[in-house]
Amino acid sequence: MTKIYIPRDSAALSVGADQVADEFARLVRERGLDAQIVRTGSRGMLWLEPLVEVETANGRVGYSNVSSAVVTDLLDAGILEGAAHYSNIGIVDQHEWLTKQQRVTFARVGIIDPISLSDYEAHGGLVGLRKALSMSSEAIVDQVTESGLRGRGGAGFPAGIKWKTVLGAEAGQKYICCNADEGDSGTFADRMLMEGDPFTLIEGMAIAGIAVGATKGYIYIRSEYPHAIETMNQAIEVATAAGVLGDSVCGSTKAFTLEVRPGAGSYVCGEETAMLESLEGKRGMVRPKPPIPALVGLYGKPTVINNVMTLSAVPMVLADGAAAYQALGHEKSRGTQVFQLAGNIAQGGIVELAFGVTLGELVDGYGGGTRSGHPVKTVQIGGPLGAYMGTDAWDVAMAYESLAAAGGMLGHGGIVVFDDSVNMAKQARFAMEFCAEESCGKCTPCRIGSTRGVEVIDRIVAGVDQSKNLELLEDLCETMTDGSLCAMGGLTPLPVRSALKLFPADFGISGGKS
Amino acid sequence: MTTYSQDMLIGELSRLSEHKPGVMQALQRTQELLGYVPDTALDVVADVCNVSRAEVYGVLTFYSDFRRNAPADVIVKVCVAESCQSVGSRELVDDLHREGFDVHTGTVRDGIACEQTFCLGNCALSPAAMINGKPLGRATAASILAAAKAAK
Repeated sequence: MTKIYIPRDSAALSVGADQVADEFARLVRERGLDAQIVRTGSRGMLWLEPLVEVETANGRVGYSNVSSAVVTDLLDAGILEGAAHYSNIGIVDQHEWLTKQQRVTFARVGIIDPISLSDYEAHGGLVGLRKALSMSSEAIVDQVTESGLRGRGGAGFPAGIKWKTVLGAEAGQKYICCNADEGDSGTFADRMLMEGDPFTLIEGMAIAGIAVGATKGYIYIRSEYPHAIETMNQAIEVATAAGVLGDSVCGSTKAFTLEVRPGAGSYVCGEETAMLESLEGKRGMVRPKPPIPALVGLYGKPTVINNVMTLSAVPMVLADGAAAYQALGHEKSRGTQVFQLAGNIAQGGIVELAFGVTLGELVDGYGGGTRSGHPVKTVQIGGPLGAYMGTDAWDVAMAYESLAAAGGMLGHGGIVVFDDSVNMAKQARFAMEFCAEESCGKCTPCRIGSTRGVEVIDRIVAGVDQSKNLELLEDLCETMTDGSLCAMGGLTPLPVRSALKLFPADFGISGGKS
Repeated sequence: MTTYSQDMLIGELSRLSEHKPGVMQALQRTQELLGYVPDTALDVVADVCNVSRAEVYGVLTFYSDFRRNAPADVIVKVCVAESCQSVGSRELVDDLHREGFDVHTGTVRDGIACEQTFCLGNCALSPAAMINGKPLGRATAASILAAAKAAK
């Protein structure tokens, strides 16, 4: 029987993958063909979606940008034999965009059926968890520490040190909380992993639980991700039925259960302490630190909070050993980063590479420049709280420290590309507007400063007392940076200041470049 | 709300307590059941969660997902964040406005409401929208409204 692989990733669905799958199903039935449709995640070559793949003796052959209208044509042309067609992109695994990448966390995404545990195991799944079950807690934490794995949510804190703190804390109950509140514009790696390979996250969380002595885990997924919520719930059900989760993890004496908790539409709940409040059902107000969540976390208990990408890297660290993961990377940034190419980009999607690739290689090399064909004016890296950078930063190595040295912030690894039509004063104003909209309200500089920021930028653009208002904006940015508890107010000045510094003419400041 | 549905709601929310629900989860369940959170439900949630009505109100108004009135038949979420801005979401929002849909206020017209949202995670295929939970990529005002009409 020939297998036809069609993504169920929501990006693929957004351009008609379900209609394509329905049409294939109808024609397979009608023509009595010996073929089976398998729904997968996406390979991350999102500009080619819907990307349909057919299993052949030489590998999986891809057909790009398939619409339901061409399915008849594809079957007539002999797609089941991997026949030639204008949409044929060849063997997908040999596609240059993929062969140049180092897929570790995303190794299975787009290849396997996301909710088939046997498919997962056939592709190396559960090896890390089984290994962890044969190790002491300390040994697991040591492996994670030695791997150099750092928090992928943005802060880059070493995962092993966080785990060690929770392991050392005395408590009757500990928790593992996965932050899947991926609210940064330009990021979608968490969503794609959860929709395309949810067992990897489940396995990573189970390992974390066994390592620190936590028996209960929560995945906080933003409500804007209904498909990820559904797939995670399905996968948890499958894993529980198979005994991977439950009172006896894979037949061991360790217990670990998981639950998905959806968010309710609040960006600030991606901040870890606000997320804890939200998990407890309260307003998502940021908590002061200390105490750190590793000691006083969910319901006041010691809690590991890690991002989806951090926890999903853990199975590979355990399976292949810390050294294999540590061998990849750049300076203090070890392992791979799942970069997300977004916005005005010709070839948008997932690029997983060892840290250290240059910004220019990502945007021009992988991304192929802008979708509009106009020159790139700026990119925003790391979401709405990240800096805007110009093409003069093309040689910057993409890693935590090197990017910070260049005035940027890696954040969750999303890169939003803008062409020369963008007005940077509008972008700076939006950064303040967004902060005003999403601030939890706890800190005055964030709650009120953001609204004042919008007004001050408006006055600068209108040419009212420009030098005085520029000084005021700088003062305001400083107050927000120094006087806010979390990154919401603390980092909003980053896009504002960088936009102003790089493109003053867009703000109507004479003599500046635009 | 009738007495019957009050009882129904109390029953449904009580069942949540096995999973240690907070006020937010009780409100989410209420909205799942009723489509929105009517004022009369606030007391029920307060009772079940053993908190004051004011606390429930605080949570209700913190999160943008909660509705206090019956929703339109079709809810369109339109992304207005940076990635979508880079490929014309500002113009798309203007186009929708010309058709009578203000994403900032979520005005309802012909049973359709268009509401702004910040990121749907479909940033490589921006502008992004979601129509009654179904994603739409590389969206235009025309493709959004066509999909919304088809969803009715």
